[in-house]
Amino acid sequence: MLSPLHKQLLNNYQQEFPLSPRPYLEIANHLGVTEAEVLSAFSELAEHNFISRIGPVIPPNHIGLSTLVAMAIPRAQLTAVAHLVNRFPEVNHNYEREHRFNLWFVLIATDQQHLQTVIANIETQTGFKTMQLPLLADYFINLGFQLDLDETRQAVEQADAVSA
Amino acid sequence: MIDPIDLQLIIAIQSGLPIVARPYALIAEQLALTENEVIARLKQLKQQGFIKRLGVIVKHRRLGYQANAMVVFDMPDALVDVKGRQISQHDFINLCYLRPRQGEQWPYNLFCMIHGKSRARVMQQLTQLIHSCALQDYPYDILFSPRCFKQRGALYKSTQPSFINKAHG
Repeated sequence: MLSPLHKQLLNNYQQEFPLSPRPYLEIANHLGVTEAEVLSAFSELAEHNFISRIGPVIPPNHIGLSTLVAMAIPRAQLTAVAHLVNRFPEVNHNYEREHRFNLWFVLIATDQQHLQTVIANIETQTGFKTMQLPLLADYFINLGFQLDLDETRQAVEQADAVSA
Repeated sequence: MIDPIDLQLIIAIQSGLPIVARPYALIAEQLALTENEVIARLKQLKQQGFIKRLGVIVKHRRLGYQANAMVVFDMPDALVDVKGRQISQHDFINLCYLRPRQGEQWPYNLFCMIHGKSRARVMQQLTQLIHSCALQDYPYDILFSPRCFKQRGALYKSTQPSFINKAHG
């Protein structure tokens, strides 16, 4: 279960993690708890897979080159192909989506030549064509994502049942 | 163009800052820098836009946001910038990008992402979005994601110097 401290850490530090020698102490002072409590709460969040990391988000194409790639894979082969694709270190997000194009992933490479080599290798190894959708413009201003962590799963289901 | 030491620094922290009292000192030690230098460089990287944000990266699905939808529109080129900016202003939108159409197999050029607690909620939010941005007249599709095979940040490597030269490429 998430404690009030876990929830504050999840929602308040997506954007501005302190850039000071003792960042966890700075957070602790801000929230009125101890540094040890903040450290163990973050360790718990990481251990239980509620956070992927405390780290940097690099905008697309600032370092290296990235593209979104989609593939249309027969259902029976989807999981196997997804795992093949996952093995490439250049692949980061990889999702199944409900569409004829059912496998979607982001590739990041050093340059266009590297990118095209990886795509050619993916096509050869999987035996399926790819569709490349590189970024042309980014309209989004990232303000972090405010999570509503107090609503229970049952409440969500009940509200959906009522509105359906 | 990114400074080579800055690139090393990004590589050192991309999988996550250590959860220890002095994380920047630990990173500094690995890179033979000082703690203050690491902090100053990270501040500068944020200012320069090489780091969009530095902070907690949450796992939406684990935290109750089970429904993840990519919504795509075929938007006339003359309108796409205006509509993209309008869509981005909604707090349930996570990303909003312009990408090239791919002929008949993929006629859509405007992409946005909605993370919601259920499919029903996401559908409500989409209806709200279509209404408030006047998107009724444009073909669209919604692609829910039932499974995530991999979620992690981009992994940058230091072996290829062209990473440095092709910044903003």
